[in-house]
Amino acid sequence: MAKKSYRQAINEALAQEMRRDPTVIVMGEDNAGGMGAPGEDDAWGGVLGVTKGLMPEFGRERVLDTPITESAFVGAAVGAAATGLRPVAELMFIDFMGVCFDQIFNQAAKFRYMFGGKAVTPVVIRTMYGAGFRAASQHSQCLYPIFTHIPGLKVVMPSSAYEAKGLMIQAIRDDDPVIFCEHKVMYDEEEEVPDEAYTIPFGEANITREGDDVTVVALGRMVQFANQVADDLEKDGISCTVIDPRTTSPLDEDSIIESVEDTGRLVIVDEATPRCNMATDISALVAQNAFDALKAPIKMVTPPHTPPPFAPELEDLFIPNPEKITAAVRGVVGHA
Amino acid sequence: MQLAREELLKAYRGMCEIREFEERVHIEFAAGGIPGFVHLYAGEEASAVGVMMHLNDRDCIASTHRGHGHCIAKGCDIKAMMKEIYGRKDGLCGGKGGSMHIADLKKGMMGANGIVGGGPPLVCGAALSAKNLKTGGVAVAFVGDGGSNQGTTLESLNLSKVWNLPAIFVVEDNGYAESTASSWSVAGDQLKRAEAFGMPGRRVDGHDFFDVYDAASEAVARARNGDGPSLIHVQTNRYYGHFEGDATTYRAADEVDKLRADKDCLKLFRQRVTEAGLLEAKQLDEIEKQATALIDQAVAEAAAAPPPGEQDLLTDVYVTY
Repeated sequence: MAKKSYRQAINEALAQEMRRDPTVIVMGEDNAGGMGAPGEDDAWGGVLGVTKGLMPEFGRERVLDTPITESAFVGAAVGAAATGLRPVAELMFIDFMGVCFDQIFNQAAKFRYMFGGKAVTPVVIRTMYGAGFRAASQHSQCLYPIFTHIPGLKVVMPSSAYEAKGLMIQAIRDDDPVIFCEHKVMYDEEEEVPDEAYTIPFGEANITREGDDVTVVALGRMVQFANQVADDLEKDGISCTVIDPRTTSPLDEDSIIESVEDTGRLVIVDEATPRCNMATDISALVAQNAFDALKAPIKMVTPPHTPPPFAPELEDLFIPNPEKITAAVRGVVGHA
Repeated sequence: MQLAREELLKAYRGMCEIREFEERVHIEFAAGGIPGFVHLYAGEEASAVGVMMHLNDRDCIASTHRGHGHCIAKGCDIKAMMKEIYGRKDGLCGGKGGSMHIADLKKGMMGANGIVGGGPPLVCGAALSAKNLKTGGVAVAFVGDGGSNQGTTLESLNLSKVWNLPAIFVVEDNGYAESTASSWSVAGDQLKRAEAFGMPGRRVDGHDFFDVYDAASEAVARARNGDGPSLIHVQTNRYYGHFEGDATTYRAADEVDKLRADKDCLKLFRQRVTEAGLLEAKQLDEIEKQATALIDQAVAEAAAAPPPGEQDLLTDVYVTY
């Protein structure tokens, strides 16, 4: 076992699955890069280098660069998945879902159900989400709740390098379409990641901290903030359970409900804007199933209901941070 | 084609301002003064200016990731643009948009765009407004070779013809969609695409201001006369990467040096107008100096300008939550 970055962990998962199963292919804009150009082959390996090295090992037939035509190649990945391949398509930024959404939600998501169980669509759509890069309104959004809203899709939110590798291998082996959401700010973050292939099942939350006073449910990059807050507040005598659901669809409802039944307090940390996001969804779940256990109103820590702003000063105000999570936890603990 | 001296001076000033702007953004970005992503237009100046010389404020354009040149040529305030790129409160979009989203609707600039192929459908709408409101305006979609392949662009070619819109599609083919060569990623021929949709198409040398100017003259006249859309395929080059920070290892080692030496649109313009005796070298030198001074001032003001404050986060959007 060695320390690996979130980027390396995903890259290793892709490479190991491509070695194991010849039907696994990857495709996307500049996934190798330099196609048709006079300079270096594999020039980019994806815009942030996640697929670097795959083309030299597996060749252009299994690592396909595409024109900038998201409808065509995401749709092609879906069609190939329904006919024998296991494609991993890269939708570079989650914001670009708008260009190709029909192929995802009317086509991929529907096949198995609409065709009476006679189709499988084992496609993975890798996509970058999240603010923090000063990349402004069209390259910084957290649109995973929109995918979560669609029956037939599975939605994965790896919160660390270890999680990313196991969840990616699971995603590739899954027979349903999977939206694999990578936080762009996390690519260089490292932790111990096993060299061998392993899977992390979908719909099983990871309890990263155990405590008695408050349940904090956090998603994706927000998990590390929640852990940090839990560790800090422990010193003040406030003990938190932190739950990383890992997948928003399927969602591990039981772990969340059982924890709230123990603690009686819930804070949800969601980087998506606050209307119809995962925080509202989980709030409704808990209100329906654990109402009697609640000792305080549920608190949600989210950005304001605005597009992501460009100016660094505004973007820093926009993104949920440990200070806001701390205030929310103290708020529910202090509730009379 | 004959341009008056004043028009020639205006064209050179526009190209110089864009070049100086982009060269300085390149430097200031590397020095860490500019946040986020920037995509530079240096090398392609003749395209924006050659087209925009035919437009006025009631005409609309939609741009691309690589939008600074289009903004400047369309008449956007250069100091406010620089402040926007720095993320300042007095920037053209209040610091909320940044380089990829600079817009000024008063100038008919409908925005740089973070979505490849985002502009052409909007231009169909702007052309529809011009037609229905009888403003006499036209609308121009700039797309790159990458954007030319998007469904949105191909659908817009079709729609603009079906509705007989006063629209012009300018495909700025700088050889690369990100790191991928356009010779690989564009199937068929841009002009045959135009032909297939029943509209005139013309290929121009994007290093030659006059070639772009002529083609745009025809296309804009056609649109203003109610004779429908056109496509212009501009063969050009960019001097920098897809974005600043792109190591451009996909390009040949001496590619950009050769382009700067042999194909530079400013040099070619200068050579042509001085050799023909249309302008004097000292007039052009003076314009270059003025452009440098303007951009110096724009950078100094932008660097010193205040950022937006907390109160600005929740404005300009319907917030009830």
